[in-house]
Amino acid sequence: MEFFERFMVPHPSFLIYVSMVLIALTSIAIVVGITYFKKWGYLWSEWITTVDHKKIGIMYLLTALLMLFRGGVDAIMMRLQLAVPDNTFLDAQHYNEIFTTHGVVMILFMAMPFITFFFNFLVPLQIGARDVAFPRLNNLAFWLFFMGAMLFNLSFVVGGSPDAGWTSYFPLANNEFSTSVGTNYYMIAIQIAGIGTLMTGINFITTIMKMRAPGMTLFKMPMFTWSSLIANLIIVFAFPVLTVVLAMGTMDRLFGTQFFTIGNGGMDMLWANLFWVWGHPEVYILILPAFGIFSEIITTFSRRNLYGYNSMVWSMVIISVFSFTVWTHHFFTMGQGAMTNSIFSITTMLIAVPTGVKIFNWLFTLYKGKIEMTTPMLYTIHFIPLFTLGGVTGVMLAMSAADYQYHNTMFLVAHFHNVIIPGVVYAMLAGLTFYWPKLFGFMLNEKIGKATVWVMSTGFLLAFMPMYITGLDGQARRMSTYSEATGYSTLNMVSFIGAGIMAISFIMLVWNIWYSFKNSPRDIGSDPWNARGLEWATHTPIPAYNFAITPDVSESTSEAFWDMKKNGTKLFKGKIEKIHMPNYSGLPFIMSCAFFLLGFAMIFSMWIVAIIGFIVILGCMVYRSFEKDEGYYIPAEEVEAIEKQYEKRGAK
Amino acid sequence: MAHIDHSRPLEYSTEENRLKILGFWIFLGAEIMLFGTLFASYFTLVDRTGSGPIGAEIFEITPVLAETFLLLASSFTIGLAIHAMRLGSKKATLTFMGITLVLGLAFLGVEIYEFQHYVHIGAGLSVSAFTSILLTTLGTHGLHVTLGFFWGLAIIIQISKRGLNHVTANKAFIFSLYWHFLDVVWIFIFSFIYLKGMM
Repeated sequence: MEFFERFMVPHPSFLIYVSMVLIALTSIAIVVGITYFKKWGYLWSEWITTVDHKKIGIMYLLTALLMLFRGGVDAIMMRLQLAVPDNTFLDAQHYNEIFTTHGVVMILFMAMPFITFFFNFLVPLQIGARDVAFPRLNNLAFWLFFMGAMLFNLSFVVGGSPDAGWTSYFPLANNEFSTSVGTNYYMIAIQIAGIGTLMTGINFITTIMKMRAPGMTLFKMPMFTWSSLIANLIIVFAFPVLTVVLAMGTMDRLFGTQFFTIGNGGMDMLWANLFWVWGHPEVYILILPAFGIFSEIITTFSRRNLYGYNSMVWSMVIISVFSFTVWTHHFFTMGQGAMTNSIFSITTMLIAVPTGVKIFNWLFTLYKGKIEMTTPMLYTIHFIPLFTLGGVTGVMLAMSAADYQYHNTMFLVAHFHNVIIPGVVYAMLAGLTFYWPKLFGFMLNEKIGKATVWVMSTGFLLAFMPMYITGLDGQARRMSTYSEATGYSTLNMVSFIGAGIMAISFIMLVWNIWYSFKNSPRDIGSDPWNARGLEWATHTPIPAYNFAITPDVSESTSEAFWDMKKNGTKLFKGKIEKIHMPNYSGLPFIMSCAFFLLGFAMIFSMWIVAIIGFIVILGCMVYRSFEKDEGYYIPAEEVEAIEKQYEKRGAK
Repeated sequence: MAHIDHSRPLEYSTEENRLKILGFWIFLGAEIMLFGTLFASYFTLVDRTGSGPIGAEIFEITPVLAETFLLLASSFTIGLAIHAMRLGSKKATLTFMGITLVLGLAFLGVEIYEFQHYVHIGAGLSVSAFTSILLTTLGTHGLHVTLGFFWGLAIIIQISKRGLNHVTANKAFIFSLYWHFLDVVWIFIFSFIYLKGMM
């Protein structure tokens, strides 16, 4: 029996049992459903093995939305627990597990795949490329990320969730204080997903540096592509730090090394430093592509070129450099001395300058623009003041002396949600609405869409503004309950109501997708928003080869498609030729499954299984090395036939 | 199948090859961060020896010098292999790659001896923060060499079976970048871990 006891959840509750049953039932329903409709072959040959950047993008999107739901349920449970004083809905341990998984899921398994969806879907289209530089690596990157995410979510029903906070500070995260296998899950699941992210970084830097359409100089790249380039550079320089620190944490927990122990030379602050050397740049990995999306939307719906293109680019470059110089502001109060605190206080405040440049550039783009208030634009207009508010409270937190008051209070929680939700989540939803017709060939309903934005902003303000007040009043974060005497109860109830309203807005989003799927017209052409970038210059649905003729942008600006529509600049010169395409492959999926097995076995210290998993991974690498794979060609005649079909359908 | 540009060296001759080489340089950028983090952690923990030994008590110059000469020599021979490849000599390429791998294997042999020695004299992985980071840093480099050995072996088999073409030449060239990089990392290990530790 002892062997199986390890897999039991150490702090079970009624809620977890219900979830176990639901997860089991849903899994069975999915398997039965796919078998009944005979879709296994279709799934395997069209999706699992795909190397098409558009399909990989959609798989990232689905994962992100799934994880948004999971992280959202965690959030609602936390707010419900804190809604009234002395609540017993969740016990302290369960609350620990929920805030830990909420943080990890939302940052790493929701926001990251969401931006990676945009990298995948948009970057090759915006630079006029056929695919990314390494299509098969792209597939592997997705599956590693996916397996990492699933492994992390498995912790909830097998063996116990991590409970040391999303930052997993030592010594709290060591075996002594975090006794279940939960933190092993944290260390290993994030490691596997992180390897996938590093591959994405390498892939997209190479793609952007080498595969731009003829005539597209660096300073003619669309703003989203610029933001992707910078974000991927940050990925390549930040993620290896995470790799190392997670490996050290794993070794401390599994092999008894002394990196972060208290005795024998171990140094718990080393974890905090290394974690945030990755963790702070991570914030900018998320926010810069979000800014890129907003820039695309603002120019489209102001019908003006972006104000201050060059300053937009340079501000991102400066932000990317500064992002590595501020990590210590995450632990001003942990005894590092006044000099260090002052230096990091100043570098932190400096980041507000290039960010402010971007905000003003957007405002100047709007100024004198012919503004059209569509749903994506409404998200963007809501983003500007809400995000600025979050930025200002960020500067308040950057004052190290004052931080002794705010540290680890709800004020901080309010601040980072105040930047991440309007900054990243709004950008992702605005971008999703904006690019939805390009992805699926029909528009989302504008009325429901705009209502969603208003409901979301209302919910957001109600949920997070009270936290600033209770935080300044001393309500600590990560505290599972409080007494009536603290006087926090009214504001926490308001927060709970706000969280509920936000949940309603997400249900409205889902409803919108369903409603529009049923009712929206399908004959919208390839450019329904009258937009500006190259991504709109191809057909909808996008053919596998993206562009029949590689666009030539030597006579255009960064908004090549707009120039074509406005000035008649010719984009597509020459005639259709045969197109080289990469082959689909099942190998990355198999390899990722082996990674899952290896990770799971390591979490439970089942070394024989781990070795088997490792050998399968090596076997896949050897097989790949010896494989001959030159891809295939789509003949020119076939491309022409496909293009004629689009013309017949009356696509523009 | 792919378009081959004969005016360039074989390893750069197709678009895909050029992409792979740039991609690998970016990967090496990530590797610099990986080893940089390990070195930073090493310098943080080097004096935190707890009840365990300090570096000067356990380092021995002879095996370290042997490792250094073996690895430096292998970096030289992989350079010769690429030179031979540029000249189009399959046999010389294979010979020099073979010598490289033999030297790499000898390096690993000495390193395994060294690790055994450390554990034997009471400087195992879990003794103190210092021994943890020392063995982790050395071990990470050693793992890279091990992986490189098998990677190089696969390329030798492919070149001997399929000859020097744009695919195999590209693989051999990227492998050589990797191998030189491991040598550079070793120079840092030699200077800042061993020499500094022995002073």
